[in-house]
This record gives sequence, structure tokens and C-alpha cells, in this order.
Amino acid sequence: MRLRDVGKTVAEKILSRASGVEARAGDYVEAEVDAALMPDLTALLAFRAMREMGYERVWDPERVIVVLDHSAPASTLRAASIHRELRRLAAAQGFHLYDVGEGVCHQVFAEEGYAKPGMLIIGADSHTCTHGAFGAFATGVGSTDMGAILATGGIWLRVPETIEVKVNGELQGRVSAKDLILHIVGLIGSDGANYKALEFKGETIKALSISSRMTICNMAIEMGAKTGIIEADEKTITYLKGRMSNPKEPVRSDPDAEYLKTIEVDASKLEPQVACPHSVDNVKPVGEVEGEAVDQVVIGSCTNGRLEDLEAAAEILRGRHIHRNVRLLVAPASRKVYMEALRRGVIDILVEAGAIILSPGCGPCFGGHVGLLAPGEVSLSTTNRNFRGRQGSPEAEVYLCSPQTAAASALKGEITDPRGI
Amino acid sequence: MEIRGRVWKFGDGVNTDLILPGRYLDLTDPEEMAIHVMEGLDQDFPTKVKRGDIIVAGRGFGSGSSREHAALALKHAGISAVIAESIARIFYRNAINVGLPAIECPGITEIVEEGETLEIDLERGIVINPGRGLKLDFRPLPEFLRNILKAGGLVPYIRRRRDGEV
Repeated sequence: MRLRDVGKTVAEKILSRASGVEARAGDYVEAEVDAALMPDLTALLAFRAMREMGYERVWDPERVIVVLDHSAPASTLRAASIHRELRRLAAAQGFHLYDVGEGVCHQVFAEEGYAKPGMLIIGADSHTCTHGAFGAFATGVGSTDMGAILATGGIWLRVPETIEVKVNGELQGRVSAKDLILHIVGLIGSDGANYKALEFKGETIKALSISSRMTICNMAIEMGAKTGIIEADEKTITYLKGRMSNPKEPVRSDPDAEYLKTIEVDASKLEPQVACPHSVDNVKPVGEVEGEAVDQVVIGSCTNGRLEDLEAAAEILRGRHIHRNVRLLVAPASRKVYMEALRRGVIDILVEAGAIILSPGCGPCFGGHVGLLAPGEVSLSTTNRNFRGRQGSPEAEVYLCSPQTAAASALKGEITDPRGI
Repeated sequence: MEIRGRVWKFGDGVNTDLILPGRYLDLTDPEEMAIHVMEGLDQDFPTKVKRGDIIVAGRGFGSGSSREHAALALKHAGISAVIAESIARIFYRNAINVGLPAIECPGITEIVEEGETLEIDLERGIVINPGRGLKLDFRPLPEFLRNILKAGGLVPYIRRRRDGEV
């Protein structure tokens, strides 16, 4: 038996508050959801499940957010029909709907101030864990779970044990949060945190921007984790100012909280990292894969489509042109990111360097919209998954990397260490 | 609940992109999803699989996307249970929620080969390979998850709860 008077983790505190019981790791709770987030292609199935459960309307339209992002604008008749039906439902029921072109659901959700410290956020998308960057408990579920939330506002959850990931040391030039999280995925493995929460802390994490923290938490799911959490601090509060009302008091782990284990990472020695085909935990320092020829380079997604990512790429591409054998696709994570990148001249630099700018949204990440790969082609991508067939043909290969490595490699036509450019 | 079926065996890391690739995410009819099930691994699988068959797999079955399409495609292709060394959490929830038994059973890949028959007792937490007289225990599902399965998934379960039947 564990001692019941020891401190609680952030995950235990948030799920205790949301369920109204003293929740500890291993307990099953029924919790009330603070916000329900859905992208286009899973949302319609959720509404269908809600109706089949005997409910006609969502339990609270203020807490339901739908973003048309995966097939945006629609690339098939079926997707167009899904969009039309979601627009009709939003008009009839009054929930929040962000139409095609506004961006990836996770970026829009954060920018609009829906992600707040201490919240329980459930999304019908596996990368909902991104919002742990704001000190929330945020996790992805499927459409039927989401249907039950739309109907009742509730969900059953097993309270996860938490793995503590302490990161200290300064990231060196052109080594980014993406390299750090790829390294951590390599350490923990693709199912090494299955059903667990990850808590990222340490001076390196504190020093990261909110965008970079989103990159870190975004990839918690790639270790099987239920969520990845970074405690809210002054940066979080600053980001949220003007975006939100009624801030909840940030929730922090108690000093004597119980962790399943602690992993320590020294960021100061980290080199740029690349996840090789066909699994996200197949991570190597860039030096080991340098020279691998690439056909397509993708910069974007909920992992790395924010302003700092486009700027990092532009810094390398400024005044240069990409290799003639390479297609460089850039999908800003949101309209706001796109407009700020325009204002700062970042888009000019990218387009002059040969990039194709796609509409804000998920872009080529999941292989269902644009930029598909032919058999035998190789993609280098700042997205989050490199599974076989992910971006098109099962005979294509996807490597994952940072925006810096992506930009440097687009210049050379082969995987390249950005520190040498 | 007892399940008996012929086994299709897969290795580690069968993720949702292999079970149902992203280009089929705009499908909304589960029968159409079933036509493409496991297409990422074996183009002929949808024509070979028969109603009642069981999938045995290694570690991390169903990792990746939250797409319920993966669980729906398997269920509507006739799969009666997925039993694996480990199962990714969103797929696990999705499978139970659509009424497809999902079982984590360390050691399962060592007691059965493709084409053999397995018998699974969900309540007692036992899986048997009768052809070879081999048996393994697994942690039974919590009662409320078994109740969701018994109801046929989360949709009928919530509908009945709403109607005051459970």
C-alpha cells in the first residue's frame, strides 16, 4: 500500500479537481471536461455517436471547439461534405467553429486562449497533449469517447502515474526544443510511457518559449503517454494575458509528489537529432544520417509550424536557394502565425528560397491532404510521425527533424547538420 | 464473455497508419473502412480475414493517431478480439468503446502461431491455445469496461444509462 498522505502530482491534482474525489495514480475517475476540442475528420463521427447515445445537442456549446484543419481546404468530396455538416451543426448548436484556413486545431486552441493552467482538456486528436504546455491535463481520445463528452460532459479516466523528466543545461546554437524531444523519445521509446503522464521540468524547460514548450508536450503521445505537462509560470501567464478571462490558479506538483521514475537529460551536449524510418523512437544524431538524399522537406504542423520555427528556417535560407531536387513545403500552423511571418518578411525569404507556402492547417503531416510521397521517395519533416505510409506511399520514407535541420537539408538536397551552414 | 477464433499474427509497432492509412480518414461508413483494414501491412488482408478471427500482436499495437477508424475497421472486418503484448492507450479506449475486446497479455506471441485457434475468457482473464494445450493468464478488464463491452460499446452503454436501464 502506498502512503496516502504524500504529495500529489499535477496530474493527480487536476483529475481530483475535475472528478470531485481524491484521485491518486491507478484510480479510475469520472471527470467533468473543461474543454472539448475536435479537428474536422474525427468530429463528425463524434457527433454521430452523440446522437446514437440519444442526445441531440452538445452539453455545453461554450466548451466545444471544432477546427477544420486536416483537410483544409477540402481535398475530397467526402471531406467537403464533412465540413458542410460541421458548419451546419455549429450554426444550429452554437459551439465554436474555426473554418478552413484558421490553422491546426492545437495552435488555434492555444492562440484563442482556450488552453489554461489546471484545466482538463480532451481532444479527438492524439496531439491534444500539446496543451500540457500550459500546465493543463490534456489528452486525446477517439470519436466515441468524444461523443460521450458531447452528450454528458463527462469521461472516465484512469489516473496515470507520472514520469518526471528533468532537463538541465543550455541548448547550443541551432539545437532546438524539437531536438530535445526527439532525444527524449529515443531514450524512453515509443511505448515507454504508455498510459503514463510525463512531467517536463528543469532550467532548460523553464528557459523555453511557449511555442517550444508546445513542441515538447506535443510529442508526449509518441512515447505512448496520456499527457505531457509543464508547470505554468510567468511566461504562461504573459502568453495568456489578453487571451483569456477567469484565469485558474496554476497547479503545481507537491515537492513530495510520488513519481514512477525520474529521467535526467543534459541539454548542453545535445546535437541536432533525426528520427529515422519507420518509428519515432529510431532517433540518431544528425551526423549519423548526413548525406541521405531527400526529395521533399516539410516545415509545419502542430509540432513545428509556429513563428519561431518559420523564423529559424528563414534565418538559414535567407538569400539562398534550395537544392533543385528538393520540394520545400511550408504550412504555417495558423493564420496568425502566417500573418506575423508575412509582416516580418519571413514568408518573402522562404518563397524566394524556393518554398511553397501551403494554407494554414495540418498540411502534409498525415498523408491525407497535400504533398503525398511517391514510392521510393524520401521526406524530411518537422512533423511528429514517420510511420510507414504516413505521408503517402508505404514504400516512401519519412525522417523527422527540427526546422533548422529541415532548412539546412533543403539547401543541400540531403540530410545536413544545420550547425555547418 | 468468451471468444474463440482463428489467429492472424502481427509483430511489434502495428500503428494506426498501418491499420488504416490517413488517406481514408474522410470515410464515415465503417463498412468502407473495413475494406482497407491493415492495408498498410498486407493488401490482401481484407479479403482473407473471416468473421470471428482474432488478431495477435506484439508491443504497441494501435500506437499513433486517435482515429477510431482503426478500431472500427477491425471490428467491421469481423475481428472478434485483439490480444497483444501491449496496446497503445487511445486505441485501447477506442476498441472497448466500439465493442471490440482489446487485451494486453504479455507472452501471448509465444504461445500461438498464425492460423491456430485461441479461446479467450474475458472475465476470468485466461487465454488458451487448445491445439497445443497452452494457457496464459492476463489481468481481466475492470468490471465497468466489461460492462461497456457487454452492452456492445459505449454508445449503447450510455444510451441505456440515460434511459435508466443500468
